[in-house]
Amino acid sequence: MIEFEHVRKRFGDHVVIDDLSLRVEDGEFFVLVGPSGSGKSTLLRTVNRLVHVDAGCVRVDGEDVATRNVETLRRGIGYAIQSVGLFPHRTVAENIATVPRLLRWPEADIRARVDELIALLRLDGMAERYPHTLSGGQQQRVGVARALAARPRIVLMDEPFGALDPLTRESLQGSLKAIQRDMGTTILFVTHDMDEAFGLGDRVGLMLDGGLVQVGKPLELLHAPADERVRDFVGGTRARLRELAVRTVGENMRRGEQAEGEPVDAGTTLQEALGAMLTQGRDRLPVHEHGQAVGAIVLVDLVARGA
Amino acid sequence: MIRRPNGMALPVLVLSIVGVIAACLPAFLRIAPNRLLTGEAFNPHAWPVLGGWLLVVVCSSVAFPGRRVLLLAIAWAGVVGLPLLAGADAHRILMHATPYTRVQAGAGFWLGWLAAALLLLDHLRGMHKAAQAGAWLAALAAVTLAFVAGAFDSLSLVREWQAQRAPFTAATGEHLRLAAITLVLALLIGAPLGWWAWRTRRGDGVLVGILAFLQTVPSLALFALLIAPFAWLAHAWPALGALGFGGTGAAPAVFALLLYALLPVVRYTVAGLDAVPGDAREAARGLGMSRAQLLWRVQLPLGWPVLLAGLRIVAVQTIGLAAVAALIGAGGLGRFVFLGIGQGAMDMVMLGTLAIIVMALAVDLLFQGLLALTERRA
Repeated sequence: MIEFEHVRKRFGDHVVIDDLSLRVEDGEFFVLVGPSGSGKSTLLRTVNRLVHVDAGCVRVDGEDVATRNVETLRRGIGYAIQSVGLFPHRTVAENIATVPRLLRWPEADIRARVDELIALLRLDGMAERYPHTLSGGQQQRVGVARALAARPRIVLMDEPFGALDPLTRESLQGSLKAIQRDMGTTILFVTHDMDEAFGLGDRVGLMLDGGLVQVGKPLELLHAPADERVRDFVGGTRARLRELAVRTVGENMRRGEQAEGEPVDAGTTLQEALGAMLTQGRDRLPVHEHGQAVGAIVLVDLVARGA
Repeated sequence: MIRRPNGMALPVLVLSIVGVIAACLPAFLRIAPNRLLTGEAFNPHAWPVLGGWLLVVVCSSVAFPGRRVLLLAIAWAGVVGLPLLAGADAHRILMHATPYTRVQAGAGFWLGWLAAALLLLDHLRGMHKAAQAGAWLAALAAVTLAFVAGAFDSLSLVREWQAQRAPFTAATGEHLRLAAITLVLALLIGAPLGWWAWRTRRGDGVLVGILAFLQTVPSLALFALLIAPFAWLAHAWPALGALGFGGTGAAPAVFALLLYALLPVVRYTVAGLDAVPGDAREAARGLGMSRAQLLWRVQLPLGWPVLLAGLRIVAVQTIGLAAVAALIGAGGLGRFVFLGIGQGAMDMVMLGTLAIIVMALAVDLLFQGLLALTERRA
């Protein structure tokens, strides 16, 4: 659990965070989204004290971070950044083992954990390679593995996928979301990409000029924007397209009905289903669940939803 | 590389011209009645040596199979052969001379030998590292073997060395010790100073300014200027004096050498720390490394090659400067140079100078080896 209470921060004359309060629940995937310079990265960095707050307080699991030993605090919180920051002189395995080493885990435990993460993040065969021999996506996988290595209950991620190509980004987002759900990790994630925010976040906080303008589930921001600025930021007319990315086929299909064409899986998003319809030139497609036909998804339902 | 119209590389052309001039100089050797007098010039091999250099010119201008190997062989033969030739000549001359007669290597020999060595260097460039090391080691082994077998015993330089063996060995030890102590102290003081300058960025300007100013003080003047304060220190604290601290001797010499060594060490420390990627530093801090862990686990391994490159320069510079330290009684090979100048014994000057050059080259090679090792690991 992370709590921000009346947090203020200024750099010189510039107010970066202005009296901000927020509570991120245990096991929640919380995304801070906002344009560059809105203070979201600074807010993230107050949690592991890379930034010190001028006023107010930040609590992790009920304890004020300012009272904790800074190294102990940081070793208990995963941290991944856009530029990754892998250690170029260390192999992939050594990079991943950074925090367990700092925590003086037994060598056998470290090896087991590294192997586990290498499998989890699909880095097989790369353990002994050096970072500069990896692609951008692979490097970021190592960065995420390093952040998760010591099984932290909280992970901070600062635009970790910002520099990746769309395909790689999507695949990494999928991996991250699955890992987070399995391990029940609390993740505070910063991005300026609305689609990423809505795709990943259990809740999303929109930040503008150092303050939180609206906090809520993705659909709440889409359906009931707090004001004009939120409406603009969530995309105006494109908001409906974003909504399709948040909803799944399973919750919108017509159960028991049948259709022609290549089936889509119940777990995929409506956006992907729409893409499949356009590709196949059909306005209804069969829906499968665990390989069984369970119903159909129909174009008019997509258009009609959420009026 | 600039190529002559006939395909000859510029360095080879220049070296050939130098070689030809050297072959024509009258003083391949000098025969002197004793060690203090300058001898008369003696050049019995002008034609064959000249022929060798002209062969280099011809081979470099005309393309034919195996020319690289032939040129390499000629250069190698020059490097090994010229000293053997000089040694044999000296031996022959001394058989019919008085016991005080000295046969000195003259300008023609030194110039020709240098040109041959540079020619070998030029031809080895771009070849496999192992081939380069092999050629040099073979030349070194051949010359050393000839030396041990007594092939150069009649040359005045070797006779001077034989006469001064004990003081020469002692001076070499002193010289190495002066340089080593200076280097270790420069690292122990300069690296933390550099780290501090890098961290504060504000201190950087002032510190580097002071150290850069010190670099402009002529070495002789700095050594002289330190005599008074060190003498005063030894006088004020007799305990220091008992430790060998005084206006003259090793203490002020090391101090002066240290002042010259600090600037490059500080500079290269800052450069080394700058070479560490900012994002790796940010990640290291964010993951919970303490400042010391960041330094030892991230900054030092990543900045080390840059710092090592700096230390290499400092080591060579210090070995050269340490020669001047002999003037304030710190000993070292500089003593041979200055004593030799005082007595007018050029062999002695040469002995000291050559030893300093060889030492500097050896240390340079040592650091290159260390650098190659660290780079292979990274």
